[in-house]
Amino acid sequence: MHPAPSVILFSSLSGLGFGLLAWLGIGLPTVTGWVAFVFFALAYLLAVGGLIASTFHLGHPERALKAFTQWRSSWLSREAWASVAALLTMAAYGAGLVFYDTRLWPLGLLGAALSLLTVLTTAMIYTQMKTVPRWHSVMTPLNFLSLSIAGGAVLAGQVTAAMVLLVLAGAVQIVTWWRGDQALAASGTDIATATRLGNIGSVRAFEPPHTGSNYLLREFVYQIGRKHALKLRVIAITLMVLLPLLLLLSPVFHHLAAALAVLSHAAGVLTSRWLFFAQAEHVVGIYYGKR
Amino acid sequence: MTTLPQQTDRKLGLVIDLDTCVGCHACVISCKGWNTENYGAPLSDQDAYGADPSGTFLNRVHSYEVQPEAGAAQLVHFPKSCLHCDDAPCVTVCPTGASYKRVEDGIVLVNESDCIGCGLCAWACPYGAREMDVAAGVMKKCTLCVDRIYNENLPEEDRQPACVRTCPAGARHFGDLGDPESAVSQLVAERGGVDLMPEQGTKPVNKYLPPRPRDQLQGAEDSGEIDILAPFLAPIDSGPKGFLGWLDRTLEKL
Repeated sequence: MHPAPSVILFSSLSGLGFGLLAWLGIGLPTVTGWVAFVFFALAYLLAVGGLIASTFHLGHPERALKAFTQWRSSWLSREAWASVAALLTMAAYGAGLVFYDTRLWPLGLLGAALSLLTVLTTAMIYTQMKTVPRWHSVMTPLNFLSLSIAGGAVLAGQVTAAMVLLVLAGAVQIVTWWRGDQALAASGTDIATATRLGNIGSVRAFEPPHTGSNYLLREFVYQIGRKHALKLRVIAITLMVLLPLLLLLSPVFHHLAAALAVLSHAAGVLTSRWLFFAQAEHVVGIYYGKR
Repeated sequence: MTTLPQQTDRKLGLVIDLDTCVGCHACVISCKGWNTENYGAPLSDQDAYGADPSGTFLNRVHSYEVQPEAGAAQLVHFPKSCLHCDDAPCVTVCPTGASYKRVEDGIVLVNESDCIGCGLCAWACPYGAREMDVAAGVMKKCTLCVDRIYNENLPEEDRQPACVRTCPAGARHFGDLGDPESAVSQLVAERGGVDLMPEQGTKPVNKYLPPRPRDQLQGAEDSGEIDILAPFLAPIDSGPKGFLGWLDRTLEKL
C-alpha cells in the first residue's frame, strides 16, 4: 500500500493524542488550572492536528461532513462520530479542570472510553480490509490500541505504567510483524484463484493491461520499503520502546528525559506506521504479477 | 445508504469468455469512449502524450501465460472490470453513502456528488475495479453502462454495455445472472463459469468462462499425421564437414 504521509501522520499523532486524553480522563495525572491547560492543549494539538492531516488525502475535503452519515456500515464514518464525541466530552471535562478546579469524573471516564473507541475505529478501518491480508487480523487493533495507551502514558508522565505498557506494546508489535509476514500466503489468495486458470497449469502475468502506470499500481503496489524492512523494524522498536525505557529509567534531568522519551517514542511509532503501509500487500497486485 | 440490499430483483452482469477473447482491447477503448462523455465526470488522462502517460480506465485487459505440466504454454487474455458483487465490500466501507448497490438490478454505482474521494472503496475491492480519477478527485467505476441499457433513445441492439456491443470476438455477454433461464445463466451452466477470488467472499455477479482444451499442437510424429512437405523440411545440414567434422567425430569417440 502507498504510505500516504497524511494518513501516517494522522494515525500516529491522533493515536498519541487520544491516548493522552484517555489518561487525563481517568485522572492520571489529576491536574487543574494551568498545568491541566498545558496537558489538554498538547492532547488536542496531537488529536486534532492528526484529524486535519487526514483530510489532506481526500479528493473533495469540502464534502467531508457527509462522512458522518453512514455509521451503520462504515468504520470511517464511525471514526468520525467517535472522534467528535471524544473531543467534545473531553473539552467539557477539561474546561471543568482548567477553569473551575473541579473534576467531573463521570465525564472523564466517558471521555477516556470514547478516546480509546476512536483509536479502535481507526484501527478497524484497516482491519476490515480482507483485500490486505496483513491488516485483516486482530493484531491490528491490538497494535494500534497498545501503542496509543503506552504513548499516552509516556505523555501523561505515568512513568511506572509507561514502562510496563511500552514493553507490552513492543511485544504486541513484534507479534504483529511476525504474523503479518505470513498473512498473504495464509489468505489463500494467489494468482491461481485470481485468474481461476490454475487448473490448467502454472499461471504467470505475461503482459499488464497498459505500458504505463495507473492508480491501482500507485496506490496498492508499493515495494520500495520492503527492501529495508528488517532494518526499519529494528529502528522502530529501538525508538518506540527501548530508548524511551532507558530515558524513563535515568535518574537525572527528569523533565528533559521525559521530553526526549516522548519524541523518541513518536518517531518510533511513525516508523512503525510507515512500515504498516509500505509492507502491506493488496491482493490486486496479484493481477499484475506483483505484491 | 451504504448497507447492502438483502437481495436484488435482478442480477445484471457480464459473462466473459476467456476461450474466445483475442486480447484486442476494443472493449477497453469503447468503454473509455462511452464513459468519458456520458455518466459522471470524464475519465481523465495524465501526461497523455508525455514520457509517463496514465489514465482512468473502467475496464482493463491483462494477459497471462499458463504453462501446463506437459505441452505448449497457453496465452490467456483476461478482461477485468467491476464484477457487481452481491456482497460488495466497496459499498459498505463508504462513509458518505456515495457508493450503493441498486435493489432493482444489482448494479453497483457511485453518486459522484457525494464522493469525498477518500479511496477506501478502492482499498476494499480485491479486483482493482475502482479507480480514483486524478483530475476529478472522485471514484470511477464500471456502471454496466446504465445510461445505455435502459436508454430508449438508442436503437434496441445498442442497449447493452459498450464493451459487449463492441467485442468483435463475441467474448462478452450481458444479461440477468439472477434468472436461471436467461441466456447468460445457461451459458455459465454449460461452460462451467467461475467466480474470481471466491475465497474473498464477495460473491461476484460477473462470471468467467474458462478456456476450453486446445487442439493438438504436437508435430506429425506425435499425432501420426504425415505432411507431404515434411521430407523437404527436414534439416539439410547433417553435421560439420572437413577438419571440424574430424574434430567432432574424434571428440565423440573419447
